[in-house]
Amino acid sequence: MQEFSDALLLAFELIFSGDKDLIEIIGLSLRVSLTAMVVACALGLPLGAILAISRFRGRRPVLVILNALMGLPPVVVGLLVYLHLSRAGPMGSFGLLYTPTAMIIAQVILILPIIAALSRQILEDLNAEYAEQFLSLSVPRRAVISALLWDGRYALMTVALAGFGRAIAEVGAVIIVGGNIDHLTRVMTSAIALETSKGDLPLALALGFVLLLIAFAVNAAVMSLRLTTGRYANV
Amino acid sequence: MSKKSSSLPPLSALQTTSLSLEYDGVRYIDDIDLSLEPNRLSVIMGPNGAGKSLFLRLLHGLIIPSAGQVFWNGVPVDDAVRQRQAMVFQRPVLLRRSVAANIDFVLNLNGNRHRCNDILDNIGLLDFANQPARSLSVGEQQRLALARALATEPEVLFLDEPTASLDPASILAIEEIVTQAHKNGTRIIFVTHDIGQAKRLAEEVIFLHQGHLAEHTPAQAFFNAPKSKAAEAYLDGRILL
Repeated sequence: MQEFSDALLLAFELIFSGDKDLIEIIGLSLRVSLTAMVVACALGLPLGAILAISRFRGRRPVLVILNALMGLPPVVVGLLVYLHLSRAGPMGSFGLLYTPTAMIIAQVILILPIIAALSRQILEDLNAEYAEQFLSLSVPRRAVISALLWDGRYALMTVALAGFGRAIAEVGAVIIVGGNIDHLTRVMTSAIALETSKGDLPLALALGFVLLLIAFAVNAAVMSLRLTTGRYANV
Repeated sequence: MSKKSSSLPPLSALQTTSLSLEYDGVRYIDDIDLSLEPNRLSVIMGPNGAGKSLFLRLLHGLIIPSAGQVFWNGVPVDDAVRQRQAMVFQRPVLLRRSVAANIDFVLNLNGNRHRCNDILDNIGLLDFANQPARSLSVGEQQRLALARALATEPEVLFLDEPTASLDPASILAIEEIVTQAHKNGTRIIFVTHDIGQAKRLAEEVIFLHQGHLAEHTPAQAFFNAPKSKAAEAYLDGRILL
């Protein structure tokens, strides 16, 4: 117990002293996960919108698969990306394995189904409201998609944050494709795993607190966005 | 009249042939043959469940009939025809944007932006231009929906009970805008089950009952001496089964 409270104290010292290693790890974590979120949104939101307004044979199985992919195990994604990026893999020549880019790719694959599936649900509801009016106005398909994405923007921000939350908290994928290399690919989750196994509890705890803080901040942002959405639902 | 259609023959004359709509074995519209002359203000009347709204949607091409066809000046209703028409729904469907952005949305579709303020001024909503459209009162929302439909410069304007839940002042405002649009050359097809409103607006009445066309009569004749028993009972305030 004494050891735990000492570690806790040291963790706070690390955080408040602005420890260089700690800052570097937090910075990389945010850079990787925010980039993954932006890329996944750029791909996933239009995909969700297209699925929301399209009716085609086999749509239901596609939606079932997409929903199932929301629960992709990070280690499996890590393994698949590893196989593609490793020297013997089809994309081995790019030399991306054990780089932040590889970690971003893995996280994009991990959260893309979340962004696409959740946005599909939101935009399908919105489209149900707009569809007849848009048909009457003969709105072109591309304009329908951009109108849905724009008018659903508040709800879609919560989707983006849900994706970010999933990306920043996962460890399985980044540790496989990033390799947890110090000063290069070490992020909060992989560092916590390493430091805990090494017995360096203060750094692990400090990172754990920051990760928790980020999780709280993301949740608070989601909640306040929902409130804003409620307030400006009229907009 | 629509600028889009200036080089095309006008759409205002309507003909339906054996128009029917059936879902799951139930006939909602049953074998309607109807011809409407151009440039009238036509009111479709009938009790709830008579098929008025479905009939309107068939005329606008929003739903596909199970049998029969809709011709506008001899042209079967399709995307190109629908682009030259507009519809106002019973519950206004406004985009989650500002009042002005709702008008701009359709002006952008037509590649025409500069008239937004004039349009809002005409309907008395210029002061609310930057306000969220959905924060307007229901009457104001419907006025905006009507102005948005007219901003597309339609040749034919369908209105599906647009004043069903509005206060008298809002009803009057809507009726004035519709009458003005009619005077400007837009063909109006207006669904209502408000007899007073039909008397105020209609030049001719199409009366539907249980999916059938009960009668199609000039307005004055219809209100003085309806030809069908269904319309007679309806005008007498008796419940129609």
